[in-house]
Amino acid sequence: MRLKIILTLSVVCGLILAWNLHTMFMKVPDEANQGAIFRIFYFHFPAAITSFAGFYLGMFAGVGYLITKNLKLDSIAASINEVSLAFATIALVTGSIWGRVIWGIWWTWDARITSYFVCWLLYVGYLMMRRAIDDPTTRARLCAVLSIFAAIDIVIVWKSIEWWRTQHPGPVLEIRGGGGMAAGMEAPLWWNFLAMLLLFTVLILIRMRQESMRREIDSLRRYAHAF
Amino acid sequence: MNFLRQSLAIAGKDLRSELRSKETVNASLSFALVILLLFSFAFDPGSEQVHEIAGGLLWLVFAFAGTLILNRSFARELVNDCLDALISSPASGAQLFFGKCLANYVLLVVVESACLPVFVIFYNSHWPRQWLLLFLVMLLGTWGITVIGTLFSAMTVNLRLRELMLPTLIYPMLIPALMGAIRLSTLILAGEPIGADDQIWFRLLVAFDIIFTILTLALVEIVLVG
Repeated sequence: MRLKIILTLSVVCGLILAWNLHTMFMKVPDEANQGAIFRIFYFHFPAAITSFAGFYLGMFAGVGYLITKNLKLDSIAASINEVSLAFATIALVTGSIWGRVIWGIWWTWDARITSYFVCWLLYVGYLMMRRAIDDPTTRARLCAVLSIFAAIDIVIVWKSIEWWRTQHPGPVLEIRGGGGMAAGMEAPLWWNFLAMLLLFTVLILIRMRQESMRREIDSLRRYAHAF
Repeated sequence: MNFLRQSLAIAGKDLRSELRSKETVNASLSFALVILLLFSFAFDPGSEQVHEIAGGLLWLVFAFAGTLILNRSFARELVNDCLDALISSPASGAQLFFGKCLANYVLLVVVESACLPVFVIFYNSHWPRQWLLLFLVMLLGTWGITVIGTLFSAMTVNLRLRELMLPTLIYPMLIPALMGAIRLSTLILAGEPIGADDQIWFRLLVAFDIIFTILTLALVEIVLVG
């Protein structure tokens, strides 16, 4: 049943992505000031927002594990954090490429970029920690605590680095108080957001499937050792 | 009151054993000196530029040397299963943790206080006029390093590559505290007054300390006992 859901979502996601790419490259004109490179925003923004939301979702799953002690919640937390980290990497890399073209530099120690990088490092630490612990319950417990720390710390990091001067472009969209995008340019953004969210969900489902298989193998191995 | 008594007993035990062996403090101090030496090759130690980055250098030394102390904090209890004995003792996880925090704090402040005059001599800085203020920044920043470092030391104590995991995990986490401490220390070491704009860094340090002290005390039972 779950495999069918994963397959259906993948197909829908693939179709939307293909349609989006067609719209982005064939229909939407180049931006007046930035030229063709502005299209990277269609991936950069959804990836950044999705990863950020994912990290908090992962923390809630971790807290859920600490309350219920249900290992399934731990595998959900692990899957979400892992996929979120991949999305965060996409956001960092696409941002860097955009920066090279528009600012002429690959990297700048601006507030938003720096705090995002710190966030990325914190979750790299999370994954390292998962790998370093063998016992499933200890791993789940300590990783849940780590994700709570990371989620709270990132807010403080964000605020404190913001007190330095910032170079990252301000809000673009109208809902965040920005100037807004032209209607024809904004629609593909939300479509791509949907596609990225679907991709995020599909990857998490696949990752959770792997985790549940691993748990099964682990228990079989323990069972075999018992004899 | 009982909480503090138990914690002080743990802290006393740790400090006594450190006073007898002196292994962590000696290692940490020597390491700090090595870093101070290495910095002198990274840039011209006599230049004016040093004043602009003095706070950063100082706190990097503190953070690096501090990790050595924090790493040993729980690791020294692994021998003869002392950690299991401590956890099963009547002291709660929070008391055990707080006691360890106090001991680490004292050790860190001792190492830092020893490093500061060496730094001033090596890099031709002037002894800051507002040295009391610098000491206050040191106390606040070090408490942030200590609470997070001690909790993560407990978390990583049984891990493979413990020595590598601890710094990798705590340095990104400590960025707000280090930023505040670096900014304030740089101003104080340069002899500049702390303006209204920079007061915010004091508030940040205090807020960071309070938030993470509460959070660590709330979560330490889960980390130590489960």
